[in-house]
This record gives sequence, C-alpha cells and structure tokens, in this order.
Amino acid sequence: MSEEVKAGTWVEIEKVLLTPQQRAPQVPDDTRATPYVMRVAGFLTSDARVGDEVTVRTLIDRPVSGVLKVIRPHYQHSFGETVEELLTIGLGGRI
Amino acid sequence: MTRDNSYQAVMARKNEIMKSSMGIDYDVYRQGELAFDYERMMSDCGFSLDDIIKIQAETKVGNTPIFELRNLTEAVRKISAPGKGARIFLKDEAANASGSFKARRASISAYVAAKKGYKGVIAATSGNYGAAVASQAAQRGLKCIIVQEVFDSHGIGQPEIVEKGRKCEAFGAEVIKLSVGPELFYYLLLTLEETGFFNASLYTPFGIKGVESLGNEIAHQVKAIAGRFPDAIVVTHAGGGNLTGTARGLIGAGCDAKIVACSVDLNGLHMASDRDFNRKSFTTGHTGFGVPFATWPDRVDVPRNAARSMRYMDEYVLVNQGEVFYITELLAKMEGIERGPAGNTSVTGAVALAREMYRDQIIVVQETEYTGAGKHHNSQLAFARSMGIEVRRGDPTQGVNGKSIVIPETLAQVQGRKQDMEKLRLSYLKNAVKQCPIEKWSNVDFNFVAADIKKDVNWLHKNLESKSLQA
Repeated sequence: MSEEVKAGTWVEIEKVLLTPQQRAPQVPDDTRATPYVMRVAGFLTSDARVGDEVTVRTLIDRPVSGVLKVIRPHYQHSFGETVEELLTIGLGGRI
Repeated sequence: MTRDNSYQAVMARKNEIMKSSMGIDYDVYRQGELAFDYERMMSDCGFSLDDIIKIQAETKVGNTPIFELRNLTEAVRKISAPGKGARIFLKDEAANASGSFKARRASISAYVAAKKGYKGVIAATSGNYGAAVASQAAQRGLKCIIVQEVFDSHGIGQPEIVEKGRKCEAFGAEVIKLSVGPELFYYLLLTLEETGFFNASLYTPFGIKGVESLGNEIAHQVKAIAGRFPDAIVVTHAGGGNLTGTARGLIGAGCDAKIVACSVDLNGLHMASDRDFNRKSFTTGHTGFGVPFATWPDRVDVPRNAARSMRYMDEYVLVNQGEVFYITELLAKMEGIERGPAGNTSVTGAVALAREMYRDQIIVVQETEYTGAGKHHNSQLAFARSMGIEVRRGDPTQGVNGKSIVIPETLAQVQGRKQDMEKLRLSYLKNAVKQCPIEKWSNVDFNFVAADIKKDVNWLHKNLESKSLQA
C-alpha cells in the first residue's frame, strides 16, 4: 500500500473529462481512441493515498476533484541534450 | 438540479455563457447574413489609443525598445544582389511584463474585468497569452485560470508548452492541463459557467485594441531613428490578432508600410491529432492556425472575431522549422540576444524579404518573445529528436514536417516562400459561401466580404462567378 499523503501537500490530480465515446465529433481518429484527460495541481484537502479520489484547492483556492496521481509535482523541462548541429552556426561571423 | 455537462449540451449553451462572461452583446453589430459593423464594434469598446497606453503603462506593458540589427543586415547584404539588403529593425516585445507582445493583448481585458467587478479571468491558450493573462491578472488583483492543451495520450508534454504552463503558475494562476483535442473550448465554457469569471478571449475588441499601441510605437520609433516610416512590417502570424492590431496601430499613426504575415509551415500535420501533437516543434505562429484563421476568422470562442487579418495583409510568407532554428541561433551569435524561436519566425521572414528590398529601405520585425528552459530552439530540437524526428544540416526545403527538420548550412538558404494572396482570398470566399449561399447575400454582405479581404466589390463579383466557388 502506498504511503499516506498529508492534507495540505502540493499534489497533482487527474480526471477523465470525456470518454472516447463522448468526445467532440470533429476529432481525428487517433485522438478519438483516447479519453479527454485533465490534470490539475493543488493542495490536498484531506489525507489520502495515490489512486484515491480526492479534492485539491488550486492556487486560486478553487476546489477541484480527481484521482491523486503525483505527490509534490515539479517541472523537469530543460534546454535538452546538446544539439551539435546548432553550435557551429554563426561562429566567427560565418554565414 | 444538476446541469447537463455533456459535450453537446455545453456547446449548445455557448452563446449565453459567452454573453455573461464578457458583457458584450454581439447581436447589435449584425448587419446582414455575413456582415457586421466591425468598426463600430471596435470603437464601442470605448478606449482611445491614449487610454490604452495609459492602462498598459500601469501594468508594465508597452514602450518596448526597438533595435537596428546591424550585423544581421550586413550579413544579408553580403548574400544579396548589389544595392539590395534593407535595414532590419527589431521591436523587442520580450521586454513586456510576461515576456511577449501578448501582454498588450491581455492588459485591456484584465483592466475591463477588474472594472466590471469580475472576481477573475479565464483564458484558453497553450501559448504566451496564458502567461500574459496570468501576469496582468496578478497585477489587477484578479484570480486567473488558464486552460491549456499540454500533453498527448502518453502524458508527454511539448517542452515549450510545459514551460508556458510553469510561467502561468509562477504568476499565481490555476493551470488546467488537458490532453490533445478541440474540447479545450468545451472545458473553457464549463469553467466560465462554474466560476462566473471574465472570458479574456484573444479575439475580443479589447484583445485587438491592446495591440494597436504596438503598431503606433513602431511607426514613431522608426521615424525618430531613421527620419521616416518603415517600408515593411513582418508579423508572426497565427490567429491574426497580432497582425490586425499592429496594422491598425500603424494606420492610425499615418504609416502605410506593407504588412507581411509570416508563419512556420507545418503543412501535413493535423492540429487536433494526438500523434502529431508532439511531432511539431512550433506551438504557435504556424500555418495550422495562420491559414484557417486568415481564410475564415469567425471560428473562435467569440461570436465575431475582432482579429481579421486579411483586411490588412499585403503578403504572406512561409518559412520552415529549420530556417527559424538557424536564424534563432544566428541572432544569438551575431546580435548577442537570445529570444524564443516562435517569435523569431518573423525575423526569418524579414531576412528573406530584406534580400529583395533596397538598402535604403527599412523592414521591421514587430515582436520577440522570452526564451528559457523548454522554450528554446535547443530544447525543441532535442525533444524532436527524442520523438524520432531526424535533425540535420542541409537544404531546409528537404525537411518533411513530422519526419525531419533540416537546418540550413548557410544564410543564403534562408529564403521563405511567398504565398499566393489571391488563392487565400478565394479560400476565404469559399468559406463565406459555405457559411451562407450567395443568393442570400445583400449589398451589405458584399461590401463586408470585400473589405474583409482587402478587395473591391468588382473583384468579388468576378471571382464569385468562377466555377471553383460553386458548391
């Protein structure tokens, strides 16, 4: 069983807004094969475990419900692995 | 009683939700089947240029610097015919509060929302606009929700979009992160209904009026430096608001510079496709928005779009992903400034156009955007590579969208491709006829459509008779 997450912890929840059958008529087939999913981060309102149905209060203090997925979510985007093809562009005034 | 929140039911409530979330009654501007009084709608929002400038100054928007890109201009002259190679200027819009020109667009909406007593603002956007709305809302004491398309069905987020989401949160906004699909609009409506917040749509008169100050500044700044108005303005083009607002501002200042739209060519990739979502390296400023919005503006989240780019567009140039990445890198190495790649779309277009213009002419790149982790050409290319896209140097026209990105080997390979404006206008006409059969058009409709594509009624009649338009 996963650890208990305390109320007040910054977490991310997930919710299926539309199942594949409920999606908009104009979506292409590859997209229609998948559900329409929402993720929102907020402060957990009561103790829970990952996978539980929970409510969070977002940064604007709005309650939103969904399944608890991530504890203390953080951003990992970066400048990416070096793309060597870029490095030589413009060196020494080269055009 | 619980409301029916199915896709169909919410979409059917669209008009009433929109009305209460903006306080604009679009019905009063209706003139015919297609026609509406565009100029009255724009002036009814009640802000003069001086008002706009004053409001924007309160929240760190506008009065951004303009620079002459001397080294880039010299480089372009080296690869141009004798006597050719216009002076390239760049309006550094990254200096606005949220790091892009979108702060101008958000500023008036946030001001109006606060003044009308709304508790918060909502915007549906994956772009710089979210950060702009969040930044303006923070300064006006408003709550803010940004509804954003972020990840594919594998949960993978485009690095540029992830960064923009982070920026929204940094300004205290709630960010609703959604998977790929046009149902973004559905969820926007649901959230507007639930919260009673103001809809800070990109396409209201407020959004476009806010950009008029940009065109005005460009005209006056260039005149102060060069002693005269610029000859051409290159605008990174997507939804059309940037172009429309800038052009209106230039015209207001008495400047009749040629207005050139520029988009990244993403032909072959479907904008609502879960698979294609992470196989494009540009999330805005591309043809997936640029062409459909130019050829039929009224496909947005408000009944009548205030961004009507074909009214003002003189030329439309496409560049490809590799060309923009090359120019983004060159801008850093040669001019000593790092700016976001999406904004540099228009720098790329300007390089291509400057080669054909005379040395004493002036071409202005009308915006830049901030750069950083995720929102950087190296991040985009590294991510593309991880998605199986080939990245190499060579002839950029050999790149195949979704499969390869070819970065030019030389500046001379940055050429762009001019679009056939007549074809775009015909495409608009086709959409208009699809919307309402010609038999039902009255004089006011003919006049409106002609003005909407910068042509006269004679041109319209001539082309409406052509077979290609018959349904």
